[in-house]
Formats: sequence, C-alpha cells, structure tokens
Amino acid sequence: MPLQSEFILETCELTKAFKGFVAVSSVNLKVKRGSIHALIGPNGAGKTTTFNLLTKFLAPTSGTITFNGADITSEKPAEIARRGIVRSFQISATFPHLTVLENVRIGLQRELGTSFHFWKSEKSLEQLNGRAMELLESVDLASFAKTVTVELPYGRKRALEIATTLALDPELMLLDEPTQGMGHEDVGRVVDLIRKVSANRTILMVEHNLGVVADLSDTITVLARGAVLAEGPYSEVSKNPLVLEAYVGSEQQ
Amino acid sequence: MLTRTQWGFIALIVAGVLAPHLGVYPTFLMKCWCLALFACAFNLLLGYTGLLSFGHAAFIGAAGYIAGYSIKAWGLSPELGILAGTAFAGVLGYLFGSLAIRRAGIYFAMITLALAQMLYFVWLQMKFTGGEDGLQGVPRGKLFGVIDLADTLNLYYFVFAIFIVGFLLIYRTIHSPFGQVLKSIRENEPRAISLGYDVDKYKLLAFVLSAALAGLAGATKTVVFQLASLTDAHWHTSGEVVLMTLLGGLGTVFGPVVGAFVVVGLQNQLADKVGSWVQVIMGAIFVVCVLAFRRGIVGEWMTLFSRKR
Ligand SMILES: Nc1ncnc2c1ncn2[C@@H]1O[C@H](COP(=O)(O)OP(=O)(O)OP(=O)(O)O)[C@@H](O)[C@H]1O
Ligand SMILES: [Mg+2]
Repeated sequence: MPLQSEFILETCELTKAFKGFVAVSSVNLKVKRGSIHALIGPNGAGKTTTFNLLTKFLAPTSGTITFNGADITSEKPAEIARRGIVRSFQISATFPHLTVLENVRIGLQRELGTSFHFWKSEKSLEQLNGRAMELLESVDLASFAKTVTVELPYGRKRALEIATTLALDPELMLLDEPTQGMGHEDVGRVVDLIRKVSANRTILMVEHNLGVVADLSDTITVLARGAVLAEGPYSEVSKNPLVLEAYVGSEQQ
Repeated sequence: MLTRTQWGFIALIVAGVLAPHLGVYPTFLMKCWCLALFACAFNLLLGYTGLLSFGHAAFIGAAGYIAGYSIKAWGLSPELGILAGTAFAGVLGYLFGSLAIRRAGIYFAMITLALAQMLYFVWLQMKFTGGEDGLQGVPRGKLFGVIDLADTLNLYYFVFAIFIVGFLLIYRTIHSPFGQVLKSIRENEPRAISLGYDVDKYKLLAFVLSAALAGLAGATKTVVFQLASLTDAHWHTSGEVVLMTLLGGLGTVFGPVVGAFVVVGLQNQLADKVGSWVQVIMGAIFVVCVLAFRRGIVGEWMTLFSRKR
C-alpha cells in the first residue's frame, strides 16, 4: 500500500471567475484525512462555488485539485463521485417521486454492474434491500421506507440525502449546509449523525450554524469574497478580528 | 391478487384480441396499435427520462422507408423488412442522440427537430422514396414464409403481437435497474451525477431504445398500409406524438395507448365532417389538456381512483 499523505484533498490556487466576477480566488485548501473540516463565510462568499469546483460541477478557471495524491482537476463529476468524493446539495437533493427505499437503492445499485440492463427485472435490485434498510435505520428513516419521498418533512429529506450519500461509502463527504432550514430537534439529530458517520471518513462541510461548526469541526476555513480569510480550530478562528469584521460587515449590508 | 397494472394489461389483451370481431375496422385498429407503440416509445423518453424530443417523426418515418424499400426492392420477408427498419431507426437514434444529448431542455428539443427536418428533406430529394407520392405498393408477403399477410385478420394479429412485444419491452425497461436510473435522472439529474452515474450514457441508451421502438412502429405501419410516405417523417408527426402522450397521461404505462386511440379515433371521425378543421380541434384539445388536466386521461383517472380509496 502506498504511503498515504496526511491530506486527502488539496487545492492549489483554485480560482473561478464568472464573466469577470471572481467568485473563488486563489484558494489553497488542505483537508486532513479523517477530520471534519468546516468551510464557513458570509452569504456569497463562494462556498457553494468551491464545492461545485471540487466535484467538477463547475470547471475551475485556474488552479488544481488533488485527491489522494492524484490530480483530478480535469475529471468529470461522475468520475469524481466514483473516486469516493460524494457531495450533498444546499437545497435538499432527493428523487421526490421514488420511495425512500428506492432513493437509497439508487446509491447502492451502481456497484451491481447491472445499471444498463434494461431487460432485467427491477426485482433483481431487491438483494440490496437489506443494506438499504440498514442505511435508513442509521438515519431513523426505516419506518418511512415505503413512503414516496415528496411526502417527507424537510428535515427527513435531508436525512435521506445523507443516507443516500452514505450508500456509496465515500471516502470524502461534502455536505453543503446540512442543517439549513431545520428545526432545533432535527439539527441535533443531524449533528449526531454527522459525528457518527465521520468515524471512518473525512467530511468537508459548509455550515452557517456556528454552534454546529464549533461542536463538530476539527478545522475551520473562513472564506470571504472568494478568498481564504483565516484557518484553524474554532477557538482560534472565532477570535480572529478579520473574521469578526467580515461577518459583522456582511450583516450590516 | 393482481395489481392494477396487471388488470390493465389483461384488459388490453382481451380488447385487442376481440376488437376486430366486434365490428371495429381492422385497418383502423392496426393504425391505432402502431401509433400507440410509437407513443409508448416516446413516453419512455419524455415520461421516464425527462427528455423532450421534437424529432421523433424521423424514426417512425425512416423505418417506414427502409422497411418498405427492403421488402419491395430486395424482396425481404415482412418480418425481416420490419427488423431492418427498426435497426435503421436505432442507428439513427444513436446518431441523433449523440448530437443532442449534451444539451438540455429546449436546446435538446430544437436539435432533435432540426435533425429530423434535415432528414425530411433528404427523403424528399431521394429517388427511392417516391418524393411526394411516397413509396407505394409495398407487398405484404408471407410471414416466416407461411402466414399470408394479405389476409386481414392474419395481418391484424401480427400487428397486435408486435405492439404487445414492444409494449412489454418498454414496460420491462421502465421496471428494470436501468429504468430506476432513468427515473433518478428525470427526478434530479445533478443528484444522479453526484452518485456516480454518467447520465449522458443512460440518456443515450434510452434515446436509442425509444428511436428503435418508434422505428418498429413505423416499419409495421408501412407493411399495414403498403406505403411509406413523407407524412410520417413530417414534423406534424413529432407534434402528434407529444399530444397523444400528454392527452393519455405522461409517465403512465397505459396513457400513451389511450392517447393514441383517442387522437386517431377523433381524426377518423372528424376528417369527413370538418375537413382541415381537424388540426384546429386537435390544437384546442392540446391546450385544454395542458391547462386543465395535466396528468392526462389515465393520470387523472388514477389520481381519482387512489383518492377514493
Ligand atoms: N453560475 C454563476 N454565474 C454567475 N455568478 C455566480 C454563479 N454561481 C455563483 N455565482 C456568484 O458567486 C458568488 C458566490 O456564490 P456561492 O453560491 O458560492 O456563495 P455561498 O458562499 O455558497 O453563499 P450562501 O451562503 O448564500 O450559500 C455569489 O456572488 C454568486 O452570485
Ligand atoms: Mg451556498
């Protein structure tokens, strides 16, 4: 086995410009293997854009992305996912008219190698039900397995999204505001869940709720106007005058 | 206990087998089955993958010409001629699909329309198609060298069998591992990508299947009417299949079949009475359908049914 470096994901001078407007500017990010790394910053700081760059939903204007030592800058989004980087979306991303169980199975079925088999019965997917139910149980959704997803409350949808992401057993999980729009109780549940699933993987998450960030993350990177403003553990970053200014400044606008 | 779909399928078989004995004109029925298959193939793409092709006339039309020509000029048996037409439509689907699938939404629809229009003019210019007159006098021949298709009932059951085979293949596709991925793409494409699916490849396969099955419908239609004409390749046909599918129920298994029967039935009834006003009436039905009952006949009926329970 090759020697694994301390960092699972590194970016070098990552930049994205939209018609002259620089949304992400020379970002050098290093995500430590096995850690929970938070990306925070005021609205419009470029957090989601960074996620889109890392997962190749957007092509960077310049800069490189390295995952497990391999340059993945020119790969396609689906390839990135197959490498083990799986993302969630800021607005919950489920398959609304499929059942909760089917949602998770979509995450599981690719490894069967039959996803192009249009002549096979979908009954052949039932062998995945056991694993799917386990995943649903881990997010407290087992009793909803047969529910059509569109009927789930919002918090539950986000939990389902995490379960579907976990179906791929990703090495690196990117979560874009996993607690956004949730009630207090749901937030607590998602925090517990993230902590639980972080056991054998790395998590990079965007999060507005600073309580959650303080609670979970090992390292925090603060973005403002597309650039890295500060980086370090919560205790340090939260005292950094630049960070306070950026947050207060954006609130006054 | 049979499911609703199984009951529906049994009803479909019984109706199809009995209909010609109940005084319904076999030729009318055969036209309906061909167009129903066409609409089901279209529904696989729009209803289950979320791709709106506005060029499906190309496939039904091209397969008609190839089947007609190979039977008439090369003396192929009807089943081989139909296979040739179907295969040609599949290849065409691969070409069209490869060009169009990178684009989304309205651009996808426009590219398919443009390609189909190009092909329409190719057919118009080429000699073997007979131009405006069409490729006429395609012999029906003998199925497998034995069953004489000049006999109307033989022909009818042959056509009905083709419909059933096509219908079952589509049904299976929808309810297969591949179908699950198609539905996930329809529901949330970025999410499907982020789960590692190369969505373009799945869309392309769906497009090829849909084109080939549309071709199967067109080739069969040519054997029925002994004619391949520009009408099938015209963009009107692409519009009509949208109407049939929406009217019957987009994304439902039986909707396109119902839609095809209603549209062909109406056209038949109205053609003698109101002449070219048929187009206007069809347009009006389309508008009402889109505005007032979006789910289509089968879709609305199913919602009503599940609400009552
Ligand atoms: N496709 C695009 N075209 C043009 N500008 C864009 C595009 N996507 C994002 N932007 C701009 O880039 C900036 C960063 O957006 P981004 O969505 O990354 O912010 P964010 O940090 O995720 O904010 P939020 O906290 O509101 O989610 C914003 O000013 C946004 O308007
Ligand atoms: Mg964002």
